[in-house]
Amino acid sequence: MTDPRAVTAYAEQVLRRFEDAGADRFDTDTLLPADILLDLYGEEIRARSYLTGDAARGELVLRPDFTVPLVQAHMARAGGEARYTYAGPVYRKQDSDPDRAAEFVQVGFEIMGAREPAEAEAEVFALLRAALDGLDLRAATGDIGVLRAAVTGLRTSRARQDALLRHLWRPRRFRALLDRFGGRTPVPPTRAALLAQTDPLAQAPVLSGKRTLAEIEARIAALRADAATPPISGEEIMLLDTILSLRASAPEALGRLRDIAVDLPAIGEAVTRMAARLDALDARGIDVDALDFEGSYGRTSLEYYDGFVFGFYAGSGDPQPVATGGRYDALTARLGDRAVPAVGGVIRPDLVVALKEAATC
Amino acid sequence: MLKLGVPSKGRLMDKTFDWFGKRGVTLRKAGADREYSGTVEGIDGVELVLLSAGEIPRELAAGRIQLGVTGSDLVREKLSRWDSRVRQVTGMGFGGADLIIAVPQGWVDVDTLDDLDAAAAAFRDTHGHRMRIATKYHRLVREFLAREGVADYALVDSQGATEGTVRNETAEAIADITSTGETLRANGLKILSDALIHASQATLFRTPRRGWTNDQRDTFKRLEERLGL
Repeated sequence: MTDPRAVTAYAEQVLRRFEDAGADRFDTDTLLPADILLDLYGEEIRARSYLTGDAARGELVLRPDFTVPLVQAHMARAGGEARYTYAGPVYRKQDSDPDRAAEFVQVGFEIMGAREPAEAEAEVFALLRAALDGLDLRAATGDIGVLRAAVTGLRTSRARQDALLRHLWRPRRFRALLDRFGGRTPVPPTRAALLAQTDPLAQAPVLSGKRTLAEIEARIAALRADAATPPISGEEIMLLDTILSLRASAPEALGRLRDIAVDLPAIGEAVTRMAARLDALDARGIDVDALDFEGSYGRTSLEYYDGFVFGFYAGSGDPQPVATGGRYDALTARLGDRAVPAVGGVIRPDLVVALKEAATC
Repeated sequence: MLKLGVPSKGRLMDKTFDWFGKRGVTLRKAGADREYSGTVEGIDGVELVLLSAGEIPRELAAGRIQLGVTGSDLVREKLSRWDSRVRQVTGMGFGGADLIIAVPQGWVDVDTLDDLDAAAAAFRDTHGHRMRIATKYHRLVREFLAREGVADYALVDSQGATEGTVRNETAEAIADITSTGETLRANGLKILSDALIHASQATLFRTPRRGWTNDQRDTFKRLEERLGL
């Protein structure tokens, strides 16, 4: 059993380290309004968080992380560059794995408004690595920005790109869409029958509910446009699959992505950013050859990160990361009136202390 | 004593009594019709407990009863990781109903989950809120839609008359139990062709045997033989 005093002491030590790195202390309520999280993440948040409420305030949620309230607080300020740190308990439902803690402390470090993305990313990563006190950890990294650029670079309709981007986070539906857009799976028979009619709405039953006839007409038009769109080529799907299944050391992955960029120039800018990040990490003394890069890393978390993503893991079997982080520029745009570059990460002191205790006994 | 939980009223109770009766175990409500205690004849060591079908999963999980008859949908909905907490003894062949997703018949462009997902994305853009699906099966529906990768929906709670929520514009679609689909059709709704969330039937469940006494284990063995399982 982890000593709770050791966890608190370590959390405070990390917090001070982050303050020494120039961060302002941030704090927020434990009980937060649920509407923003529900709007951002939908039903997923109910499966992951403790929702409660009362008749006056409506739905409330036990703080699942500090990021959303922190972004809101930052967006309400004048702007400019800022560093924040925080420490406190967060709450996550563990329905499918009761052995995992439902309440645990997070200590975080976040940079908002930094102009040099690679520098800020390296700063966060290196600071967290240093705070992890020389534990023997494996670092996994990924880049949602490369994935997004790859999808946006597909030679197909905007509608298909948007559909794929929307489901980047749901690998199964993403695959089903890609198979259909690539002509690998047939059009569902009911859809083919619908599109075979000149006026599918001529015999339509009376409509009830809030979705209007105009919306149905618009979708039929979109389906017709999609049916007239040529399939995404096998070569392009192969390139995308190569990125998704990429697993290599970071420098090796960079080389492979540069090769892919020859045939898929749309990822060029994201690959350049990745190269700058590796340089910045190297300049901060991180052994980039020891960094794992996984093309699909970060795809099964909440729709949150949109660039660099990372996690620190003890051993190979333990699926719970000791620390995680990444870039989330898009989230700031959804919570404020403008997009602000944002990157940060959190440490789980309870897991760190458990590792230290295991190492000493 | 092995405690057997059975639904306390209605067709589910009658059919359960019939099912056990045909196999030589007579279950009976004791005394007056309103009294929720019962008797068991044909086997020793089994006690009948009459409960609401919706409470039987919880009572099993808490170990207050060792056997229970309820819908397989209710066990899946009410117990997280149900298969680690209770065991299915046998399906009983009645009380069959499908948990499905239904949308207005006028949605000629929606027949599959892929259609529902695309319609939900457009709906959210147009109306500024997520497509609402009315249901009382929150866990089952949410897990199903997450597995299938459907986004941009919200579940709204409906504990009854769920088929009416679309017409009342408190939901755009519903997820509910149906046996014949008649009520759905009468309310202008149609069933999605690839969204069978769960095919439910009345099922005899038991708790894991490791918490049982030797007497309970012996009684269960005799009961299994008597029921021909």
